[in-house]
Amino acid sequence: MRPFEYTRADRLEHAAQLSEAQEAMAIAGGTNLLDLMKLQVETPANLVDINPLGMGRIEDTDDSGLRIGALATNTATAVHQRVRADYPVLSRAILAGATQQLRNKATTGGNLCQRTRCYYFTNIDHPCNKREPGSGCGAIDGIARLHAVLGTSPQCIATYPGDMAVAMAALDAKVEIANAEGASRTVPVREFHRLPGDTPWRDNVLEDGEIITAVTLPAPVGGTQI
Amino acid sequence: MAITINGQEHDLSGDPRTTLLDYLRDDLRLTGTKKGCDHGQCGACTVLVNGMRINSCLTLAVMHDGDSITTIEGLGSLGSPSTLQKAFVEHDGYQCGFCTPGQICSATAMMAEIRAGWPSDASEELEGPIGATSEEIRERMSGNLCRCGAYANILAAIGEVAEEELS
Ligand code: FES
Ligand code: FES
Repeated sequence: MRPFEYTRADRLEHAAQLSEAQEAMAIAGGTNLLDLMKLQVETPANLVDINPLGMGRIEDTDDSGLRIGALATNTATAVHQRVRADYPVLSRAILAGATQQLRNKATTGGNLCQRTRCYYFTNIDHPCNKREPGSGCGAIDGIARLHAVLGTSPQCIATYPGDMAVAMAALDAKVEIANAEGASRTVPVREFHRLPGDTPWRDNVLEDGEIITAVTLPAPVGGTQI
Repeated sequence: MAITINGQEHDLSGDPRTTLLDYLRDDLRLTGTKKGCDHGQCGACTVLVNGMRINSCLTLAVMHDGDSITTIEGLGSLGSPSTLQKAFVEHDGYQCGFCTPGQICSATAMMAEIRAGWPSDASEELEGPIGATSEEIRERMSGNLCRCGAYANILAAIGEVAEEELS
């Protein structure tokens, strides 16, 4: 791991400002980020611990939906009474992935922001436009099993690896995002992730200094979810 | 900054890069917790943080100010092993023993999770009662790999304790 400055965020604006500064990254559960930092795929100069911000609550919304805080763990979401009863596809999607140890640490916001599992991305000896813009793509002419078939660009054929977001997309969930000035906006989960296009290093629509605060689910539609 | 390990308070200072796993092993010399992959894949480094099992290789020690950690050393001792530790001995639930501390920490938390009614991918109903069947135990312990392949005896050891404690 490269050396970094560690800071604890105490207010949301603080976190957003720090993430705006060059080479600063927010850390929540750390299961994806620390793994990539050990591989030197991610080399933030500043690591901002957003855990003190207490965004882990899961609560009912006024319109009978559910608001899942960005720091709610995958376990907390999967075992939540209302998720199990009203949004079973979300419990199932989470429980089908990773391991109990990882789900106990992984968070809602972190899961949405997890990076691709492309083996050229995670191996710094190979070129990768996502990791190092302009260096080329090892996967296009390399071992491309498990890579994207649709939505690719001449620069990148990596996929987004998460299962949780797929269930959230099916449920018409929305991502709540805040910025350094304290303003917030919402983006449907379906529009949160980007296709690689000409800027494969940008996985999603988060701008510099923006941070995910929650995911909201609309009122349940009922019926069976399989 | 302070962290409680097996009931004892310790100072948290030093390089922020230190993972909880390296802090336990190198700084505190609590070498029961093992480093298999260092990437969250094998579960050899499993410890309990405020009762929840996690991979200690994928978390920074500095992020655990105020937390209470239990490692294999805190679950039992040679003189008074825990129920699971005894069952692993009785069922010969290991070969080299490298994965064993992680298996036992993991299984300890698994019992509490089943008791709390948390479903797993193997549960037919998300809301129904959860039985400690071998399918459930296999799925719930899938974060702990055993390179010696002692799975049959690991399952027998955990299964026996689950039957005693959960039914
Ligand atoms: S050493 Fe942590 S999961 Fe393998
Ligand atoms: S007993 Fe050797 S790795 Fe499990």
